[in-house]
Amino acid sequence: MSDEEDELILSELDDDELVEQMMDDLYDGMKEEIEEGVNILLERGWAPYKVLTEALVAGMKIVGNDFRDGILFVPEVLLAANAMKGGMAILKPLLAETGAPTIGRMVIGTVKGDIHDIGQNLVTMMMEGAGFEVKNIGINNSVEDFLEAIAEFDADILGMSALLTTTMPYMKVVIDQMVANGIRDDYIVLVGGAPLNEEFGKAIGADAYCRDAAVAVDTAKQFMTNRHNVRGG
Amino acid sequence: MTDLLSTLLAERDWLLGDGATGTNLFSMGLEAGEAPEIWNETHPDRIRQLYDGAINAGSDIFLTNSFGGNAARLKLHDQQDNVHTLNRIAAEIGRDAADASGRKVVVAGSVGPTGEILEPVGALSFSDAVEIFEEQAQGLIDGGVDVLWVETISSPEEFKAAYQAFENLNFPWCGTMSFDTAGRTMMGVTAVDMVNLIESLNHAPIAFGANCGVGAADLLRTLVGFQKATPHLPVIAKGNAGIPKYVEGHIHYDGTPELMAQYAILARNAGARIIAGCCGTMPVHLTAMKAALENHDHGQLPSADEIQTALGPFSSPDDGLGDPSGAPRRERRRRRG
Repeated sequence: MSDEEDELILSELDDDELVEQMMDDLYDGMKEEIEEGVNILLERGWAPYKVLTEALVAGMKIVGNDFRDGILFVPEVLLAANAMKGGMAILKPLLAETGAPTIGRMVIGTVKGDIHDIGQNLVTMMMEGAGFEVKNIGINNSVEDFLEAIAEFDADILGMSALLTTTMPYMKVVIDQMVANGIRDDYIVLVGGAPLNEEFGKAIGADAYCRDAAVAVDTAKQFMTNRHNVRGG
Repeated sequence: MTDLLSTLLAERDWLLGDGATGTNLFSMGLEAGEAPEIWNETHPDRIRQLYDGAINAGSDIFLTNSFGGNAARLKLHDQQDNVHTLNRIAAEIGRDAADASGRKVVVAGSVGPTGEILEPVGALSFSDAVEIFEEQAQGLIDGGVDVLWVETISSPEEFKAAYQAFENLNFPWCGTMSFDTAGRTMMGVTAVDMVNLIESLNHAPIAFGANCGVGAADLLRTLVGFQKATPHLPVIAKGNAGIPKYVEGHIHYDGTPELMAQYAILARNAGARIIAGCCGTMPVHLTAMKAALENHDHGQLPSADEIQTALGPFSSPDDGLGDPSGAPRRERRRRRG
């Protein structure tokens, strides 16, 4: 946009500079540049998993932190996530071929009676941006819908979202059923939504309440790390 | 001809708005997930009861039961072909209630967000959004509202789309946004941004302001923020009755009538001329707010400390108007041509 600056040719940058530039481009939501950057790194022999973690996930981490800190807002995050998606579309088939590890698998949906999905869509994008596999089952999900989905998808994490004070209590119905079925401890349960708070998360037996999408990513990562440690030990 | 709201604002120093729609309807048996607007057709008696609750508590203005009455929201209940009818009835019941009150009460046609994200970030085009709002507004006008009232908006594009619809219909309107994220709207709009947006419009609203958001304290901070941009138009305050708490399987807003009375006094001191409640505000709160406004004099602009002492702590340290947490906005290192 600014005339005095030279046009930048991504392919002429060395690896470190290119990765730095891709982080900036992610931050600015520049999808085509991200796709170009991913392709250049792959051509230079980078493993798809390395491109994902060192360029894209690291870049989205900056976006997430600034969102959490009130420096970026939803529009910028959506544009960044969209750029990330462009890169992921190239990497996804390659990651599957190479059997790269996933950070974790999550099922997310709004609870029965709640049709507001902007929040969970944002969480989905940020979680994917952080390298998680996410199955977003949309709005208005019953206990059965959630339980089927987490089993089928082999999820590590169940995320539930609600915008209405009247639908929030249904989260407890789902958690209670998980307890009754003896599967509660097999999953990390995260809850979120505008009217929720930490106290509510505790009261209904969730593992954590996540204030926003960036916190959801941090919390999910933390729980996955603890989980691996427990399993490993 | 001057509209009723402008007339009342010319006659009076402050006006009392209404309380919650959802909280009241749920207490009458609305089920979670049901579209409240469908009750306009199926339970008109309960909608009348909702309006009468506000009127009897002394409200000078009440909003119609049409918040989610646009095609984008009603589509989720397969009612997208019923937009005009549901809105017209919401307004007609309101008109009857206001006319039966024996005093001047403003029927304001509530218009809520589409729930979609507008271009360029989202998929909904500006012109489609205008069309959606215009269809709803036409139903409200045909049912006899005095004024259109768009509320709980986060994005400037969506606010402008509603405005464009109202301008096309050449009808008086009010507009409020919801400031719930670090002192800004979800889409990053600050209190000052909103004043600047409002003051740039041709078909200016009668009044503008903030509604919903987090708690009563945060809403007051937004009102103080508006004053930093010295707005010329009357300001609306429509704050939640505290914060939702989970008590024995139900959700309960923790704001007492006494707290909302304090809120009303401080809101007027912070420059609001239309003072109302949002989620959790029942007629008992409105009665307390009215009594407080009548029994107290207009005071000075409250400080942040005064607000927090009276109404509890803010949900975030920043009001969005200073440097966010002191951290500089990240600069792009180099731009491509």
